[in-house]
Amino acid sequence: MTKASAESEKQDGIRGKWSNREPSAMRRRYIQVLSFFIYNFQLENFFTGTIYHGDLKAVCVPGLNCYSCPGAVGSCPIGSLQAVLGGRKNSISFYVTGLLMLFGAIFGRFVCGYICPFGLYQEALHKVPVKKLRVPKGLSWLRYLRYGFLVGLVILVPLLVLDPVGNGTPGFCAWVCPAGTLEAGIPLLLTQPALRAIVGWLFGWKMLVLVGLSALSMSLYRPFCRFICPLGLIYGWFNRISLHAITVDYDKCTRCGVCERVCKAQVAIYKDPGSADCVRCGDCVRACPEGAVSMGFQTGMQSGYREKLDIQELAPRRREESRS
Amino acid sequence: MNKGTSSPNKKLRKLWIMRSAAAAAALVLIGVGIAVGEVDTVLAKAVRVCLECIGIG
Repeated sequence: MTKASAESEKQDGIRGKWSNREPSAMRRRYIQVLSFFIYNFQLENFFTGTIYHGDLKAVCVPGLNCYSCPGAVGSCPIGSLQAVLGGRKNSISFYVTGLLMLFGAIFGRFVCGYICPFGLYQEALHKVPVKKLRVPKGLSWLRYLRYGFLVGLVILVPLLVLDPVGNGTPGFCAWVCPAGTLEAGIPLLLTQPALRAIVGWLFGWKMLVLVGLSALSMSLYRPFCRFICPLGLIYGWFNRISLHAITVDYDKCTRCGVCERVCKAQVAIYKDPGSADCVRCGDCVRACPEGAVSMGFQTGMQSGYREKLDIQELAPRRREESRS
Repeated sequence: MNKGTSSPNKKLRKLWIMRSAAAAAALVLIGVGIAVGEVDTVLAKAVRVCLECIGIG
């Protein structure tokens, strides 16, 4: 065994304690499906058209899962945030903000890639064999639309647009959220004739949003997550410090750009492993020919922080080295 | 990695401090939220069919 290969094995051994270098795509799919069933384990309610009324609903789940979904046993964090902001009792949501920070500090956007049912829905649609599109560089500003949805519809509308009794309007749920239409609207309308009788133009609008996003998801990877989702935006702020991380070993990275080319979210992970746009799908980890990209929960002090954050310092130095 | 060994450890510590601070702040916020009764608001909203969510309200 050469010295280099022994060193490499040693490094792999160290990583093995905290990281999974090649997360299986199939395993991720299993976790996504499992998370859907955990969030929605009251399956019989889909047939009766009722919703779960238990105390578990006081707790928010990490992913976007409508609390009016018949099977839902937890609350949607974005819906809860709007409910508290728009309520007459509280005008600041400490509880939901705290939960979002806790999920963010632990998972970052691992939530989006692994345990968000609406992410799974969009990925399933992306499997449809039609021409795949990538967002042109000139339109990369579209991701900033999420700030508008968060500040405008999730925060300001519930605070400012009040009904006659003083309750705020949950703007995002009411006018945009396609997860609510898919998980709650459609199943409840199918099973409750009384609800069907009072349905109006708003449901038509929300169906249009859902159908439009569903059609777009076939060609474009996760359009809702990338341009609309306020929850993904919040978790993205934590991607750089979260316990779950992607790291790049710059001693191995050759800057070939394979990771950027395979990334369906169009993130150049070798330039910024902590990118807020990365949903931790792991495609880059599997694609890297040098095994330089790894992903996992950093549970020890030996974790790959150097690899993760030294790029700013290493980049100019390595370029200088290659010139000389 | 030359001079790099101490600096990464320092950064690693900083990362853990930031992460722990975020988690601690989150726990404090959750505690405050529970104390002021936010959980009741969340539960009250979640156990009723949200007409806005389904596109009716």
